[in-house]
Amino acid sequence: MSAQFVIFGLLAVTSVATALAMIFSRNAVHGVLFMVGNFAAVALLYVLLGSPFLAAVQILVYAGAIMVLFLFVVMLMGPEPAPLWEHIPGQRPLALLFGLLLAAGLIAAVNVEELTGVPGIMSQEVLERLGQPTALAQTLFERYLLPFEVTSLLLLIGMIGAVVLAKREKHELQAERAPREGGAE
Amino acid sequence: MERFLAQNWTVIQPALFLVFTGLIVLLVDLWLKEEEREWLAYFSLVGFGGAGVIVVRQWLAVRGLETPITGFGGMMVLDTLGLLFQMLFFLVGFLAVLLAPGYLTRRRLQRGEFYALLLFSTAGMSLLAGAQDLIMLFLGIEVLSIPLYILAGFARPRLDSEEASLKYFLLGAFATGFLLYGTALLYGATGTTAFEALRASEAAAAPRENVMFMAGIALLLVGLGFKISMAPFHQWTPDVYEGAPTPVTAFMVAATKAGGMVALIRLLYWGLGPADDVWRPLLGVLAAVTMTWGNVGALLQRNVKRMLAYSSIAHAGYLLIGVLSGGVGFVAVLVYLLIYALTNLGAFGVILLLEDGEREALDIESYRGLARFHPGAALLMSVFLLSLAGFPPTAGFFGKFLLFTAGISAGLTWLVVVAVLNSVLSVFYYARVIVKMYMQEPVETPAFSRSWLVAGALAVAAVGVVLLGLYPTVVVRLITA
Repeated sequence: MSAQFVIFGLLAVTSVATALAMIFSRNAVHGVLFMVGNFAAVALLYVLLGSPFLAAVQILVYAGAIMVLFLFVVMLMGPEPAPLWEHIPGQRPLALLFGLLLAAGLIAAVNVEELTGVPGIMSQEVLERLGQPTALAQTLFERYLLPFEVTSLLLLIGMIGAVVLAKREKHELQAERAPREGGAE
Repeated sequence: MERFLAQNWTVIQPALFLVFTGLIVLLVDLWLKEEEREWLAYFSLVGFGGAGVIVVRQWLAVRGLETPITGFGGMMVLDTLGLLFQMLFFLVGFLAVLLAPGYLTRRRLQRGEFYALLLFSTAGMSLLAGAQDLIMLFLGIEVLSIPLYILAGFARPRLDSEEASLKYFLLGAFATGFLLYGTALLYGATGTTAFEALRASEAAAAPRENVMFMAGIALLLVGLGFKISMAPFHQWTPDVYEGAPTPVTAFMVAATKAGGMVALIRLLYWGLGPADDVWRPLLGVLAAVTMTWGNVGALLQRNVKRMLAYSSIAHAGYLLIGVLSGGVGFVAVLVYLLIYALTNLGAFGVILLLEDGEREALDIESYRGLARFHPGAALLMSVFLLSLAGFPPTAGFFGKFLLFTAGISAGLTWLVVVAVLNSVLSVFYYARVIVKMYMQEPVETPAFSRSWLVAGALAVAAVGVVLLGLYPTVVVRLITA
């Protein structure tokens, strides 16, 4: 048993255990913390697979940005456990069924060695020649430059949307206050 | 950096121009008081006009070329079809901005974001017009749609506007899922997202042997069908068009349909051309269902905005005939969309004249005896409604004529017969409004507000509808030259 295998085993167990703990923890803050642990374990798995860049991105984006968002939401909603209440009847058996189907599909996909026979852009040869971050950067900022930039426009529009739909204009606030004052007289 | 600059940026020049105008609008908005924000509308007009000048110049340069110019590694193309569609988008954007300021001021909604979102949405259409890659198609549609979800809710906290926004957003997100899933399946089946490679792929040559490819086409058609409100994916249309602020509805009716059509044409002919025995019969049946459903739905409406929404569904069905005809059909689609856009913007312009900040002439009963109070408005509304119904000598007749002849020459006679029967049916609900305006006694004085901008837009629309009806060949010759 090589050292790599031992480390892999440890990380695999940690990631599955933290994921399960996150689902079953009653306290939302605990759940968020377990998820951070899960993200870290998965990031280390990426290192083990020889992909340090992906590991760094995983930590930065998921454990960094997205976790902060989750914590914001948890703090806003209050850390009390939510009541167990099913909105749609019969979702548990359906969830189990679809979960099993998804698992079967994923296992089948892993076992099929090639799906289309067309190699991707990030081949072993390219990676060795350029190194991983450079290869990724070239793909992102040359071949897919336009989609990348248009996506940034899309994010800007999303932000404007949040502001437009949430912000209250001065006259709206005044109009809201006016009837209350009128009622007090 | 030199590689960054070496990309052929001219292919997205009009879209870039619109986006920068939108950014300036957003920025300048911060320094303006509420009553000064009307200037942003004038600035947006300059944006649309400038983008229009850019596309006309590009069109003049590209017209004679044998092979179209491509950019961004073949993701975008600069050809006459795309440029003509962009001219249409910018004209619609220009007129829609003319309709907005009066309404927004009266309803105290005058905010810079309105114009910025309108500009961004048009930029999305502009990208769609040249898209040569599934990724760009998807992103173009999203840049087109997301501003509209926001604009539909712009009259918040009015409940129907919020409802329209939420419904549009939820169903739109659902449709986006279909679009993305279809894109992923096509990529899985062929290993590429570029239209050129898709066209040449083995899967496209024998689509029936590749389940993944077939499923991908089906899902993409569902997603795009939602955007052009093709039956049975049109259910959102009446509610959203009714609830959205009227200038937004005018823009949505006229522009999104054109954007969706160009996306459909690009995908079907540039990307999935060889697999046409799969999508052709499917789309033919859906076209027939769409026009019938739209017209029958419109018969039952009491609200003018809802009626025009259903009528827009019916028109989507007519337009699909042109899409299915290919070649000549594209010219017919383009001319029809131009006429349809002018007519609808005109009709919504009249609705906007009959609005005073509180009351709005939405119920069909509020048109009773309109000719007595505002003969000009009643006359214009009649012209636009007759054009929508396809009465000669209005432009609508000529547009339908072009579409139907293209359909017949492509061997779609059965579809054209269905469309003609549908046109006859549609006369009923358009004429109903005219009868109310001229032949019935008024119940109350209609709301009215004078606006030079709306009057300008109405003048453009009316002159366009009449001239295109009287001298129809001019525009066709110009396009095909």
